[in-house]
Amino acid sequence: MERTAHDVVIVGGGAAGLRAAIAAAETDPDLSIAVVSKVYPMRSHTVSAEGGTAAVLRDYDSVELHASDTIKGSDFLADQDAVEFFVARCPREIIQLEHWGCPWSRDDDGRIGQRAFGGMSVKRTCFAADKVGFHILHTLFQTSMKFENIHRFDEYFVTSLIVDGGGCEGVVALDLRGGRLVAIAGKATILATGGCGRVYEFTTNGFIKTGDGMALAYRAGVPLKDMEMVQFHPTCLPGTGILITEAARGEGGYLINKDGERYMQRYLPGKMELGPRDILSRAMVQEMKAGRAFEGPYGQYLGLDLRHLGVTTIEKKLPMVRELAEKYMGLDPIHEPIPVRPGQHYMMGGVSTNTKGETTLPGLYAVGEAACVSINGANRLGSNSLSECLVFGEWCGLTAAQYAKQKAAYPRGASAREALRREESRVFGGLLGRERGKETLAGIRVEMQQRMERDVGIFRDEAGLADACSQLAKLRERFANVGLADKDHVFNTELTGFLEVDFMLDVAGTIAHSALNRRESRGAHSRTDHPTRDDANYLKHTLAFRTDGAPRIDYAPVKITKWEPVERKY
Amino acid sequence: MADQDVVFRVKRYRPESGAKPTYQEYRIPYRDDMVVLDGLNYIKDHVDPTLAYRWSCRMGICGSCGANVNGQPRLTCGTYVRDVHRGAVTVDPLANFPILKDLVVDFDDFLTKLSSVTPYIVREDWGDLTKEYTQFPEDVEAYRQQSLCINCMLCYAACPVFGASPAFVGPAASALALRYIRDTRDEGADERLARLNTKSGVWECTFVGECSVVCPKDVDPAGALQTLKVLATMRHMRRLLMPKSASR
Repeated sequence: MERTAHDVVIVGGGAAGLRAAIAAAETDPDLSIAVVSKVYPMRSHTVSAEGGTAAVLRDYDSVELHASDTIKGSDFLADQDAVEFFVARCPREIIQLEHWGCPWSRDDDGRIGQRAFGGMSVKRTCFAADKVGFHILHTLFQTSMKFENIHRFDEYFVTSLIVDGGGCEGVVALDLRGGRLVAIAGKATILATGGCGRVYEFTTNGFIKTGDGMALAYRAGVPLKDMEMVQFHPTCLPGTGILITEAARGEGGYLINKDGERYMQRYLPGKMELGPRDILSRAMVQEMKAGRAFEGPYGQYLGLDLRHLGVTTIEKKLPMVRELAEKYMGLDPIHEPIPVRPGQHYMMGGVSTNTKGETTLPGLYAVGEAACVSINGANRLGSNSLSECLVFGEWCGLTAAQYAKQKAAYPRGASAREALRREESRVFGGLLGRERGKETLAGIRVEMQQRMERDVGIFRDEAGLADACSQLAKLRERFANVGLADKDHVFNTELTGFLEVDFMLDVAGTIAHSALNRRESRGAHSRTDHPTRDDANYLKHTLAFRTDGAPRIDYAPVKITKWEPVERKY
Repeated sequence: MADQDVVFRVKRYRPESGAKPTYQEYRIPYRDDMVVLDGLNYIKDHVDPTLAYRWSCRMGICGSCGANVNGQPRLTCGTYVRDVHRGAVTVDPLANFPILKDLVVDFDDFLTKLSSVTPYIVREDWGDLTKEYTQFPEDVEAYRQQSLCINCMLCYAACPVFGASPAFVGPAASALALRYIRDTRDEGADERLARLNTKSGVWECTFVGECSVVCPKDVDPAGALQTLKVLATMRHMRRLLMPKSASR
C-alpha cells in the first residue's frame, strides 16, 4: 500500500500545470507541490503550440481592445469579467516568462516582438519564431527545477480522484514504470491535463490528448461547461493532421483554392485570411462543397501560399512551417503552396471553473485547456490559449496554495486507502483480468473518432447529433466487452490506452449532447438547421452533468460587463 | 501482395516474464508515405496490442518517440520507412539506456544531469515584472541553436563515451548549459562551468561528434561541448591568475 501526501497535487505538466506549480512553490518553500503527469513534462502537448502568445505590450494597443477582440471572437459567450481579468494580467506573464529565459523573438530595438493573428485588431502576439509552445514549455520545465519543493511524478497516469466528505483529497495514479497504483493525497488538487482532441479522427492534438482531467472531474460530479464549442483549425496537413501555424497567415500568407483564387474574399473580405478560425474553417468546407478545392490522396484540400513572403521571412519567422512542410509533405513552401484542411484543434469547453480555477467540488481546481472559465466562449482567438495557461495557471496555483495553507491537516489516510483499494480492484483485478473478445480497443476508439468527425464536426444538425448521441451510448455498451491481451503491470500501454478510451467516451458524450441541445449557431458551433445566433434562448453556458445514463444538460448565465451582444461582423 | 508489405523486426523485452530480450517480426502493409511510427502504431492497433513504446506529437517536437532504427538513433515519427528499409526495418530501444519494456527506456538519469547544470536563468535583480530585459536579435541568435534541444535522447544513444561511462554529463545537458551561459540575461556561467569542469563533465567528451550527426534539431551538442571546454579552461586560468576576481 503506497501513499504520499502533498499540499497541492497538480495533474498535468504542460504550460498551465507547470505555471501553477511554480506559483504555488514560490508562495512558501514549506509547501509541498506534486506534479503528476502521464508523460515527462517536456512531452506535454504545449510543446506543439506554434504561433504565439497574446498580450498588450505596446502604445498602439490597449487591454480594452484585447478584451473586445476576445469577446467578439467568442461570439459573446465569454464571461466578460473573466476576460477583463485575463487581458489585464497577460503582459506581466509575458515579462515573467522573459525573466525566466524564454527566447522571445525581438524587434531591432531589443523589445519583445509582436505579430498579427486572426481576430486580433492589432499586432499583439508575442512569439519565439514559430516554436512558441515548445519554448514556453521548456522554459517553465527548466525553471521548475529550481524549486526543491516541486516533486515530480513523471509517467504516473491518474485513474481517479480521491473524494471524501464533499471535497477532493488527491488522486490515485498508476505508476507506469513501477507497475503499481499509488494514492497521492493532497489538500488541493489541480487538473491541468489539456484538451481531448483525440476523440476526433482528424486532429492536430498529440496522442496523449484524451481529456483525462475533464473525465475525472465529470465522474466526481463536477459539470463540464460549453463542451459543444470545439475549435477546428483551418490549416492542418492532410493525412497527419499536423498543424501549420496561423502565424503563416499572420505574416501575410494567402489561402487559395484550385483556381488560384484567394477565396476568403467571398466570405470575409474585411479580414481575409486573418479572420477567426471558426469562420475560416467553415469557408474551407464551403469551398470543398463548391468543387473548388484540390483533390489529393487524403481527400480535398486547399492551398496555403507563402511564396510571396520571401525566403528571409520564412526562414526567420516560420522555420518550423518550412521544416514540417518539407518533412511531411515533401515540398518547400518557398516554392509551392502547402496543402491544408481544417482539423480539430482545441476545446473551448472544459471543467467548469471561475477565474480562480475553483470547481464546484471543494479542493478541486482546473486550469488551461482542461478548464472552461470562460474567456473563449464559442470561439477562441489564436494566441489566447498560451496566455490563458500562464495567467490562470499562476492564479490557480496561488489560490490552491492559499487553500492548502488554510487547511491545517492533511487528508485522512482512510479515504486515500479506500480509494486506492477500489482502484486496485477495478484496474488490476477487473480490467487486467478481462480476456479479449470480438470487440477491440482500437476498433471502439476508431468508431468513436469517425462518428465524432462525421456528426459532431464543423457543420452539425439535429439528426446527425441525435444519431451520434445514441451511437456513442452503444459504443459505451460495447466497450464493456473489450478485453486486454497485455497482462503486465509495468508500462502496460494497452491498459493506459483502455483507460484513455474510457475517459474519451465520457467526454465525447458530453460534446454530442451539449451540441444537440444548443439549437442555434454561435461561434464554432454551427447548426445547419438553426443557422443564426439566438440570444433570447441561448446566450448562456451549457453545463453537462454525469448521470448513470445520458448527461444531464443544464445552463448558467453569461456574465456581461460592458460589451452588449451585437451581431458579430468583421 | 508481398511487395506491398514490410517487415518490422522489433526488440521485445518484458521484465515480468523473466525472459531475455528477443526480436519479434511483424509483416505489415507498406505505404510510401509511412514513417516508422506509423508501422509501430499499425502493429499496436491491428497485430499485437502488447507492444510498448512512447509517442505523442508525431511532428518531431515532443521528443518522445526516439528508437534505434536499423542501428541509428532516430525519431520514429520523422523517419520514413522508404528511406531505411532494406528488406526489413529493425527497431531497437535507444542504445545506452536501461530498458524498461520493449522500446521504452529509462532516462531519469538525464533529468538529474539536466538539473545539475542549473538549466534556468540565474540573476539577482529579476523582481520587477513591469520591465523586460532588452535583447537584440543577435543576442537571441547567440543561444538560439542550443535552445532548440527537445530532450529526445538520440545524442546519448549515439555517444560511445556515455555508453562506456554513464556518469558523463552528456551532449544535451551540456548544450543546454551553454544555452544559458550565452544568454545575456544570465549570471550563472561560473557555477555551470564549475559543474562541467569535473570528472563527469565536459572533459569526458573525446569529440566523436556522433551526437551532432544524429540530432534531429541541429543543436550541435558536439560543438557546444568543445566551446564549453574552452570556457572551462579560461575560467580555470582566470582563477589561477586572478584568484580574487575569480567568481566573475
